[in-house]
Amino acid sequence: METPGLPDILIERARAGSRRAAARLITLAENDPAQRLEIARMIYPHTGGAYVIGITGPPGSGKSTLTDKLAKLLRKRNKTVGIVAVDPSSPFSGGAILGDRIRMNDLALDKGVYIRSMGTRGHLGGLSVSVGIAAKIFDACGCGVILVETAGVGQSEVEIAGTADTTVVVTVPGLGDDIQMIKAGILEIGDILVVNKADRPGARQTASTLLAMRQLGEPPDREWIPPVLLTSADKDEGVDKLLDCIGAHRVLRQISRSQRNERTDRLREEVLALLKEKIADRVLERHGLPGELELVLGDMYDRRINPYEWVAQKAASCTR
Amino acid sequence: MSDKNENIKKAREEWEQGLLQKTLSRFPERENIHEQRIYTPLDVDSSPEYYTEKIGFPGQYPMTRGGQPTMYRGRLWTMRSYSGFATAKESNERFKYLLSQGVTGLSVAFDLPTQIGYDSDDPHSEGDVGKVGVAIDSLEDMEELFEGIPLNKVSTSMTINAPAAVMLAMYQAVAEKQGVRPDELQGTVQNDVLKEYLARGTYIFPPRPSMRLTADLFAYCKDNIPKWNTISVGGYHIREAGSTMTQELAFSFANAIEYIRSAIEAGLNIDDFAGRISWIFTADINVLEEVAKFRAARRLWAKILKERFGARKPSSWMLRVHTHTSGSILTAQQPLNNVVRVALQAFGAVLGGTNSMATCAFDEALSIPTEESATLAVRTQQIIAYESGASEIIDPLAGSYYIEAMTDKIEREAEAMIGEIEAMGGAVSAIENGWMQNEILSSAYKYQMEIEKGERTIVGVNKFTSDVMSDVTLTMMDPTVRETQSAKISALKKRRDNAAVEKALEALKKAAEGTDPLYPRILDAVRAYATEGEICNTLRDVFGEYVAVKLI
Amino acid sequence: MAIRVLVAKPGLDGHDRGAKVVASALRDAGFEVIYTGLRQTPEQIAAAAISEDVNVVALSLLSGAHMSLFPRVVRCLQENEGGDILVVGGGVIPEADIPLLKEQGVAEIFTPGTPTGVTVDFIKRAMAQRGVS
Repeated sequence: METPGLPDILIERARAGSRRAAARLITLAENDPAQRLEIARMIYPHTGGAYVIGITGPPGSGKSTLTDKLAKLLRKRNKTVGIVAVDPSSPFSGGAILGDRIRMNDLALDKGVYIRSMGTRGHLGGLSVSVGIAAKIFDACGCGVILVETAGVGQSEVEIAGTADTTVVVTVPGLGDDIQMIKAGILEIGDILVVNKADRPGARQTASTLLAMRQLGEPPDREWIPPVLLTSADKDEGVDKLLDCIGAHRVLRQISRSQRNERTDRLREEVLALLKEKIADRVLERHGLPGELELVLGDMYDRRINPYEWVAQKAASCTR
Repeated sequence: MSDKNENIKKAREEWEQGLLQKTLSRFPERENIHEQRIYTPLDVDSSPEYYTEKIGFPGQYPMTRGGQPTMYRGRLWTMRSYSGFATAKESNERFKYLLSQGVTGLSVAFDLPTQIGYDSDDPHSEGDVGKVGVAIDSLEDMEELFEGIPLNKVSTSMTINAPAAVMLAMYQAVAEKQGVRPDELQGTVQNDVLKEYLARGTYIFPPRPSMRLTADLFAYCKDNIPKWNTISVGGYHIREAGSTMTQELAFSFANAIEYIRSAIEAGLNIDDFAGRISWIFTADINVLEEVAKFRAARRLWAKILKERFGARKPSSWMLRVHTHTSGSILTAQQPLNNVVRVALQAFGAVLGGTNSMATCAFDEALSIPTEESATLAVRTQQIIAYESGASEIIDPLAGSYYIEAMTDKIEREAEAMIGEIEAMGGAVSAIENGWMQNEILSSAYKYQMEIEKGERTIVGVNKFTSDVMSDVTLTMMDPTVRETQSAKISALKKRRDNAAVEKALEALKKAAEGTDPLYPRILDAVRAYATEGEICNTLRDVFGEYVAVKLI
Repeated sequence: MAIRVLVAKPGLDGHDRGAKVVASALRDAGFEVIYTGLRQTPEQIAAAAISEDVNVVALSLLSGAHMSLFPRVVRCLQENEGGDILVVGGGVIPEADIPLLKEQGVAEIFTPGTPTGVTVDFIKRAMAQRGVS
């Protein structure tokens, strides 16, 4: 049985092509915040080259098929591709069935594709942090493009969209979900809107609805107006146009101020969060606060001690 | 409410409040059993037309009491035994044995590579050749399979779906060599691809080109092999995948409706092919429910064909059912218990009026049947037929308050479910969306959890268990079939006229790319000794392959 | 931190009721289950298992091809640094074949009728022994 490798050994092996090492790194990073920071620090010099594309949409929209076809097209263009596929975890058990790979069987043996499936729960620091570190690890292994596929339900999509350079929102005709998605604010995060399964009746109507809705929500000074594309992913139709569109978005961002601003904002958020995490933990430990809290918790419960006052006192004394 | 019913209602209330209450207060009823304890005339429609309109007489609309006027008094159901394994030669020997033991129809099991259109030497076939059925790679194998069996004297049911046209073409070619005309051939090809996506997994092409192949076979047989049942729509596999009884009916009916639509779109008249649609259902072990199921199924189908599709021939309204006793409820623990289970299941199917039946062998959960266990499975049917009396009275349970109430209930619920599926756009849509697959999984999971929580008893598994391991002799699988077959294929490819094969495959490809009939081109390729894999790969190139829906 | 299990169907067998029911039960027990669907080759199964860093590979087979396919999965894992991944199996597998499969690296076989709870417990215990929870 293998002993869990130290991060630097794993990183070396991952970069040398060991899939096992790359996968182990992601697990380590997901589960241990201390390891995550170490890993992020060590792989940093090898990252920065990957372009992250988020693909989101309601169940049944064909996202996994679209992701599969995009990956294949990118492979034809000689890119090494990383795929992170996120599926909802059960709110009751915390478990999940991660089934996106079923549509990506052809890619399983492709040496130029890395795939990781994740559930939405159980991520210390949040889902987007785990997705983020997985993407960085793939980046460090040489992936030029990273596709992040998410389930399109709930907050996580908006969160993850923050980590993507281009976000593609996928819908299908006839499910009535265009209204749902507008309510959830999903459309606002989309840089490109796709109507998949466009061979079905109602495709053009759905596209028109999206165009109309988009018109309503648009801030006037937006540099990029999200286009609406039609695809039939299972027939491999429209996927090349989608990829070209993503390319165009990428170019625009490179020359625009907003990309720099956005990425700077993201970086600030990420670093502040890490700082808070690391520093807070250290300060709390050094002052023995978690231990102290245990002792007074009973009194707090019985309302003999005001918890808010206690916090104010402790904070003041720690930061004197 | 009529006077008679008023009286009954009063009497029931009296009984419930009196005697029943007293007993319940002393000890409650057992848990996890059917909700309604007793059925009375109050549970059945009492209007004067009820009998003539809803129950009627056998052979007449709405077919509730049976499809033929004399049922088993005229002719017993066809007794089949699903068999096939390893090589064509060994399977041929088993067929001859079964025929000698009184089986009146053959039922062919093909191995997985054959069912999925792969030759035995294809890399995909590794490990699976000759395991769950016989390996058929070319006409040469089919000739061996039926050597010495006159095809004008037997009825052969072939469990083959995506490549059904290829197998039927081979069967037809074998018959040709025996001097038997296609219009003399009797039998069935399963040819029900939609349920493959749902429950069985031996699909090849995506749904829409598969529908074309299905309609294509209907059209050819109508003119050339008129006695052949061109499709056997499966509720069986859906139920075995874990669906409820209502889903078994509703999903299979919804699939059949798609096939009918497809054939009509291809220009066929409903009465030209509806009479050749046959069915395969499960017989589960709740005997009484199953009887009601068969009756409800016949009535509902007749209604759909008559009212919805405007079929005019009674043979179009008739639901022709082959029953296969449920294999999934048989247990590996205490395998002899399965003898009893199969007997009960078969009994239910007979009381329900099935036209044909195959009974599982008791060692089903362990391996493929031995000669002994397969024989016992046939004897089970024979004992029911000749000793139990069940085959002498037509639809004997009719009029039972429970049976009629249950028949009505199942019909209602299945009809409503079909409506739901139609509202989604029909079975193909419901499959493309994964809706049907998820419904089946939910039912399967619920069933399993009931067993694990003890809410559902399986004797020998979660109750009345024993540590004693049963000493049952099993069929040993022959691991060398792949080698044998691969060698055969190599030799065949050297012997045959490869130019003729190429020409035939080219013609098939053109037909597939256009709209010309496919079966005749497949027949040509088969006669030239093209392998099944070569024919299917030609079609794969044009139609593509199906990729499964994501598990939601 | 969830236990990760790959549920796979090697070979051409299309009966996935057992695999899907077990996958659902594992999910309800709090595991993360990667389900890759039908018609997986041993190479694909091993590649998926390694790429997903699973703790367990659970193979389901009802077609009788287990003696050739299960050991091949074990070998593919070993050849790709995945030798420490636990391999278990279920389906229509005669008792007589079980010792041979275990010799070839399959940790346990769950025959028909085994409650899903037994499989869950087996995996939990095996993982606890390895310090995975």
